[in-house]
Amino acid sequence: MFKRIDLPPGETPPAVEISVDGRRVEARAGDTLATALLCAGVVPLRHTPVSGRPRSPLCLMGVCFDCLVEVDGMQNVQSCLVEVRDGMQVKLQLGARHVEATS
Amino acid sequence: MNADYLVIGGGVVGTAIAYGLALAGERVALLDEGDQAFRAARGNFGLVWVQGKGAGTPSYARWTMAAAQQWPQFSRELTALTGVDLELSQIGGLHMCLSDHELAERAAMLESLRQSLGGDYPFEVLDHNQVRELSPLIGPEVAGATFGTLDGHVSPLRLLRALLQGFEQLGGILHAGGKVERIEHRDGAFHVSTPHQRLIAGRVILAAGLGNRELAPMVGLSAPVTPNRGQILVSERVQPFLRHPSLYVRQTGEGSLTLGDSKEDAGYDDGTTLEQLSRIAQRAMRCFPLLAQINIVRTWGSLRVMSPDGLPIYEQSRTQPGAFVVTCHSGITLASLHAGALVQWLRGGDKPTDIAGFTAERFHVQAH
Repeated sequence: MFKRIDLPPGETPPAVEISVDGRRVEARAGDTLATALLCAGVVPLRHTPVSGRPRSPLCLMGVCFDCLVEVDGMQNVQSCLVEVRDGMQVKLQLGARHVEATS
Repeated sequence: MNADYLVIGGGVVGTAIAYGLALAGERVALLDEGDQAFRAARGNFGLVWVQGKGAGTPSYARWTMAAAQQWPQFSRELTALTGVDLELSQIGGLHMCLSDHELAERAAMLESLRQSLGGDYPFEVLDHNQVRELSPLIGPEVAGATFGTLDGHVSPLRLLRALLQGFEQLGGILHAGGKVERIEHRDGAFHVSTPHQRLIAGRVILAAGLGNRELAPMVGLSAPVTPNRGQILVSERVQPFLRHPSLYVRQTGEGSLTLGDSKEDAGYDDGTTLEQLSRIAQRAMRCFPLLAQINIVRTWGSLRVMSPDGLPIYEQSRTQPGAFVVTCHSGITLASLHAGALVQWLRGGDKPTDIAGFTAERFHVQAH
């Protein structure tokens, strides 16, 4: 679906490995998480809490909130605003996030 | 003649009246100024709220209670007509108090209201543990709450949409995008001019919120209303955890939390301030500590429409009969009666007893 631009040898960023729902996904250092997920074919990315319709990242600049995922235990993270990190644990969300009592 | 009735104001007060008139079989036009208007109907909190209203004015408390009692039927009929789910819930509302003193004062105020109504006023005073039974996620700082059994909440945006859609389904005509510049009464009709058009109607109802201040004198009425700003924070959607609404926090039918309890005189500035927004967030977090985990996605300010004593004005012009002014700051709560009992009065019936005194004459010193 998405193909990376071929860069000249020597300019290709190093590989980074993240986990998406337990599956290993390869990305490139400097990728935003949304880009990495799109490149890995993670489509749709989520289902809306209200209508349950499928969604994928749209604006890729922090505005549309359609790229929400759970990152390292934190829910509703805008994946277009997060850079991938080796070992990052990503979970796709079904419906609205949960909150739990703190005490 | 464009219509038998022209309602000026496309907010929740104007659309409720226009819908009610159309439901009664009248030929109705509705004039909405457009997005340059202040739009209280699009910025409000969405409570159907009884407890605390009408302290010192039992008739207003009765009018408010009747409105809340009318809401389930009003909502059912509107949804049946339009298919729009209003997300109405009336399982009772909590007013959280953060100290014993605050709770005692609040309880005394409601008790005095109850006595002024001859005992007919449903509320309970709950201690911390009783509140926790109803709302398990309250914080340790909550001393208690007053619980109003008639209180509830609704989606104000869905309500506005449904009223407008229902109005048009019933044959009402919406004219959008014009600020009224002139109203002339001649040959038994009202001629209403905007920059773009002229509408002629047998009766005219002013329901333009803050705009009523300028419009009312055009037909021999007075509406000395002023803006009072409220600020609101809206969170991301979360799984339902908060069933009972309060003045500070409610969870909408779609999962967002809305926070807000500010009252400010800021003129016509409908912006937000960090100072108020953080105060609102702090107080809400003291009521529900788990809110600290939740992201806020939007904030806004909106202007309440306040008369000098905070009570509504419902009045027909003496010098130009057929012209009415309607203004209040509880357009959501009162929508059920604005579409019903009020409409009967606008159509020539008796003015409901509870609102007989709500004319602008009370603001004229000579009248006392």
